Amino acid sequence: MTRSTQLSLAEAIATHVHDGDLVALEGFTHLIPFAAGNEIIRQGRRDLTVVRMTPDLVYDQLIGMGCVKRMIFSYGGNPGVGSLHRMRDAVENDWPAPLELVEHSHAGLANAYVAGASRLPFGVLKGYAGTDLEERGQQSGAIAFVECPFTGQRLSAVRAINPDVTVIHAQQADRDGNVMLWGLTGVQKEAVLAAERAIVTVEEIVDELEPRPHAVVLPAWVVTAVAHVPNGAWPSYAHDYSKRDNRFYAAWDEIARDRERFRAWMEEHVLAATGEVAAVGGEA
Amino acid sequence: MSEENSAPTAEETMTIAAAREVRDRQVLLVGVGPPNAAANLARRLHAPDCVLVYESGAIEAKPVRLPLSIGDDDLAETAAELVSVPEMFNYWVGAGRIDVGFLGAAQIDRFANINTTVIGPYQDPKVRLPGAGGAPEIAAASREVVVIVRQSKRSFVERLDFVTSIGHGDGRGTREKLNFSGAGPTVVITDLGVLRPSAEDRELELVAIHPGVEVEQVREATGWPLRVREDVQTTDPPTERELETLREMRAAVRSAA
Repeated sequence: MTRSTQLSLAEAIATHVHDGDLVALEGFTHLIPFAAGNEIIRQGRRDLTVVRMTPDLVYDQLIGMGCVKRMIFSYGGNPGVGSLHRMRDAVENDWPAPLELVEHSHAGLANAYVAGASRLPFGVLKGYAGTDLEERGQQSGAIAFVECPFTGQRLSAVRAINPDVTVIHAQQADRDGNVMLWGLTGVQKEAVLAAERAIVTVEEIVDELEPRPHAVVLPAWVVTAVAHVPNGAWPSYAHDYSKRDNRFYAAWDEIARDRERFRAWMEEHVLAATGEVAAVGGEA
Repeated sequence: MSEENSAPTAEETMTIAAAREVRDRQVLLVGVGPPNAAANLARRLHAPDCVLVYESGAIEAKPVRLPLSIGDDDLAETAAELVSVPEMFNYWVGAGRIDVGFLGAAQIDRFANINTTVIGPYQDPKVRLPGAGGAPEIAAASREVVVIVRQSKRSFVERLDFVTSIGHGDGRGTREKLNFSGAGPTVVITDLGVLRPSAEDRELELVAIHPGVEVEQVREATGWPLRVREDVQTTDPPTERELETLREMRAAVRSAA
């Protein structure tokens, strides 16, 4: 049985995230892997296709820093606040580079991950009928229609998503690299199981994982690398470890609205920072 | 004059009117913004046993304070059940277990179809909006849909720039043809009044205006020749209790943020 390897965040990203990869950073409004996203920016990755249900601030940052060529997503807003200004600037004004979009509904993208995790070529759902998403999705090759072989019903098919690498943040890993996350667990299990490689940053390394209600456990043999990154979800949060920084989400609206101010903020808080939040010795 | 005693704003009247649509014990799918405030207001007032479902995976959430995002830890802490996002959309939303889905809109047309994707041409948009989120499935499968949207010529348009979610399509019969299980939008609540789809062809009709609003004002804020029901009503003004509760909820969010 292959055990996951504990690496520093910088090593994990350097080894497993490459220019041009299809990369998923998942975490639905909770456990968003911000520290890992920032490390991808620091290491200057380019031409990524990024996939995420809710791009959130983490992809606003990647887009504004020129790492992204194409984005697959289902809701690109700052939840409860408004627009993602860097995403908008890229789409509306091609700054800093044009951004190609492939868009789904939440149900569509969730099912594309389910298909990916199941190693099936497509997922199936009832939605999209009659909408312009259907037409756009057919053009981008993300959505098609199938006829149910049993009832003849017309259903939407979504192309499976199989990332080269999925990155998530979790509360705990044990010393063997088994991972546990709880609270709102989103689509992380599917995103990890759909991927070729999976990196997990964690709040804490523990001797033993204690069973908990609603927890998702990812055994070490489906995880490629674990990095110990306390507070690695900030300004998102890790249930039982931190609170969502709602104030920062609101402040981001002003920071990201202006290109200069955004760049200055990223220089100071991301590029000048070190990714070595708390490296843990390797156990290959 | 302090906000505590001031007259209701148009936005508050809209949120309160939406809250009044909720009946006790209904299962509500709640998104961010005005729907979140409306559902939580209903729960604090006349519908204490309404069930709040957030698409982030919280089923029967009982938030103590008004959540800023649908992923607030308060929702997970207080939920009877937490499910993954694929489960939420397949087993709960898609399967038609939601009584009332609340939706917002950047643009809406006369058949209550909704655009939340782009303003302007898709390839060269004037404004890139957040996109679909959970709306297309909520619109398709919820038993009823309540749309909350500010009314102006910019939002109430003759033709949507992009059809993100289907309301009543081209009118009566569209939903049946598309095999949608839910009834679609049963009410559209704006800052000016209340519109409902007509029984004969599902085109929206103005059924009520908020206090202080003239019918002519609503016509002027609509991008198509608006149908006005003959017996158009005036919405009951927000009660002191409704207004106080809404303001308390919002003040608590501000002080926590």
